[in-house]
Amino acid sequence: MLLGRTANGLYWMNRYIERAENMARLVDAGLRMALTRTQSASEEWNSVLLSAGSDVTFSQKYSDYTAANVADFLLRDTSNPSSTMASIETARNNARMVRTALTRETWESINEAWMSLKRMLARPIDERDLPSVLDAIKRETALIRGSFYGTMLRNEIFDFSQLGTYVERADNTARILDVKYYVLLPSISWVGSTLDNYQWESILRSVSAHRSYRWVYDADYKPTNIADYLILNVRMPRSLMFCYRFLSEHLKFLGDDYGERHACHATAEKTQAMLRAGSIKDIFDTGLHEFLANFIRDNTKLGDEIAQDYRFN
Amino acid sequence: MRLAAFDEMLPEVSGLRRPYSAYDRWLKEQDPARLTEKMQDAERVFRKTGITFAVYGEQEASERLIPFDIVPRIISGNEWRRLTQGIEQRVQALNAFLDDIYHRQEILRAGRVPRELIARNEAFLPEMIGVRPPAGVYTHIIGVDIVRISEDEFYVLEDNARTPSGVSYMLENRETMMQLFPELFQKIKVRPVENYPQLLRQSLAAVRPQSTKGAPTIAVLTPGSFNSAYFEHAFLADQMGVQLVEGQDLRVVDGHVAMRTTEGYKQIDVLYRRVDDSYLDPLTFRPDSALGVPGIMDVYRAGNITIANAPGTGIADDKAIYSYMPEIIEFYTGRKAILGNIPTWRCSEPDSLKYVLEHIDELVIKEVHGSGGYGMLVGPAATKKECETFAKKLAAKPSNYIAQPTLALSTCPILTEKGLAPRHVDLRPYVLVSDRIQIVPGGLTRVALKEGSLVVNSSQGGGTKDTWVLDD
Repeated sequence: MLLGRTANGLYWMNRYIERAENMARLVDAGLRMALTRTQSASEEWNSVLLSAGSDVTFSQKYSDYTAANVADFLLRDTSNPSSTMASIETARNNARMVRTALTRETWESINEAWMSLKRMLARPIDERDLPSVLDAIKRETALIRGSFYGTMLRNEIFDFSQLGTYVERADNTARILDVKYYVLLPSISWVGSTLDNYQWESILRSVSAHRSYRWVYDADYKPTNIADYLILNVRMPRSLMFCYRFLSEHLKFLGDDYGERHACHATAEKTQAMLRAGSIKDIFDTGLHEFLANFIRDNTKLGDEIAQDYRFN
Repeated sequence: MRLAAFDEMLPEVSGLRRPYSAYDRWLKEQDPARLTEKMQDAERVFRKTGITFAVYGEQEASERLIPFDIVPRIISGNEWRRLTQGIEQRVQALNAFLDDIYHRQEILRAGRVPRELIARNEAFLPEMIGVRPPAGVYTHIIGVDIVRISEDEFYVLEDNARTPSGVSYMLENRETMMQLFPELFQKIKVRPVENYPQLLRQSLAAVRPQSTKGAPTIAVLTPGSFNSAYFEHAFLADQMGVQLVEGQDLRVVDGHVAMRTTEGYKQIDVLYRRVDDSYLDPLTFRPDSALGVPGIMDVYRAGNITIANAPGTGIADDKAIYSYMPEIIEFYTGRKAILGNIPTWRCSEPDSLKYVLEHIDELVIKEVHGSGGYGMLVGPAATKKECETFAKKLAAKPSNYIAQPTLALSTCPILTEKGLAPRHVDLRPYVLVSDRIQIVPGGLTRVALKEGSLVVNSSQGGGTKDTWVLDD
């Protein structure tokens, strides 16, 4: 038994930790693309902002899609509620609120991440420092994750935390795919130009999967394989399938613990079953974009149901 | 201004005092540079763990550390025994006074405390008249502020009978000292304070409502994570293994207070509240309060929840009542107060007001309802202009103020950049009342870090020290 407010705090704390890291990963991938200079960098930055769901708020503030502007907006601008700094701040506020539910190690890792990022992101980032700043963000979130997995009891506190992590991650992966879905369509894939190769690598890089892809598939990038990897592969830790495997598992633990099933259980299981039964060919046949749009909608619905079923708000 | 103060380690007259002899031997063997390093270590530990407090009115430093000094304040076993006797007597009297004041009011009938002091006092809650809390305890957790001015003279400065804070610092200070100087604790036998959260939990469980079936559900009620003492609220809930709740988590369900959980509403039997009386129940007190629980007072009056401390305990630690404590103690315990009061002028009395206005530059003047060192004047340390401004405020509403002589609070050395230097200190031991009275051997020593300053409040630049009670 947990306070509804505590469950809410744990859920959002983890969503925001995940988000803080995803922003760094997106900027990292964008930076890579911009450096290749094979196409307009501003177009690439625009798609990074689209993936981050921050394109509208960005355009209200800036007119130039430059590395400096985008990095500033996605990493350190606290008026952008999804920026790394704003996310870490929100995560820490939630952690402070649910402090009694966290191990000392977990709380301290979040508090220290907040302190060190606040220091690091206090001033605009010099472009030369961008790679080391991105590394530092990933390192801080990795430390949080390590403390969390290494010390937390596997109980309902852990379950609610994981629900936050995987709902956020599934949303993030689906958005990255949706923004670039057209470069994965079979109609153009036979071209296999250098440009496509960069685009594909960028997708994989934005989910930190450009190396592991080669361990599973051929060394060559193939759009159907990339889509398969990010959507259906059950071992790829950022794939939709992987997220739903754990969402279903943690919801099942909660259902067993409390002896009660809710609407969210059915929703998660339905999505998991759909992913398990599906093949990448089917997905392309019905339309990749439609598939992803449906997925994002259902995933949002799952988040709302969890909040309602467990009296979050 | 410099007052000739009694130094607890090295008084000018008699030389090194015995409680400090073992510590002094150890200290002489230490490399000063290493001590400075340890001091910085301590600050890192505190910042990392997030032991911070918010300072009202300072936007910049929304989260600040209370400075910690690494020189312990040491009290001998004998001194402590004397203190505890005095504290126990005082706490007994406080509870007896509260029970009396909300029932028969014998002490008013006997004319020992003036009736108008109660009737017109905002801390007196008419809603509590005739209400007897579970187990008959009104003030469960008390922090008695004690000052020392010589080898044998201890005075009570204030009885904090509402929601005394600072106990988490007592615990974290000890924890930090044990991390920094483990060897010291092997050399010197210091009585432990670590079990305070367990004692608090047992104490709260012992005063549960009679109707409670099985083990009581206990919760700590906090105003929320933006409150200045939030760290402490979370810390205590965590250490006791109970829920930390906010008003928004609670509501009255079937005649009980219940918290909203992931499995629906669950009943609470004992609420350790860190929310002021006036915010406790918007149906009874401030209607705009979002920090409390609508209807909790009805549940309380029906005897279905224990609120610690009970609503209305403020009437016992009110600064105007304080001056009557010697009479109150004698009235209920039949004995003279073991721990004395500081002589106090009640500005509501015309003769006293006249004296205070004439001697404003010699006195400490406090608001009757103030706390945390806000709204007070330390005459000898104030400028002429400050005194004049304060005199106007005082003359406009005399009953709002009391005055006390400026005492030469004892000093204790702190580590500065130039080595050890004496600073004024006070002491707040923590007392738990259930079917018995328990006092953890130690407490919070607050220290004025500025040379010569007498204001020890953390909100006014004070720091803290670990407080050792020797097992001798």
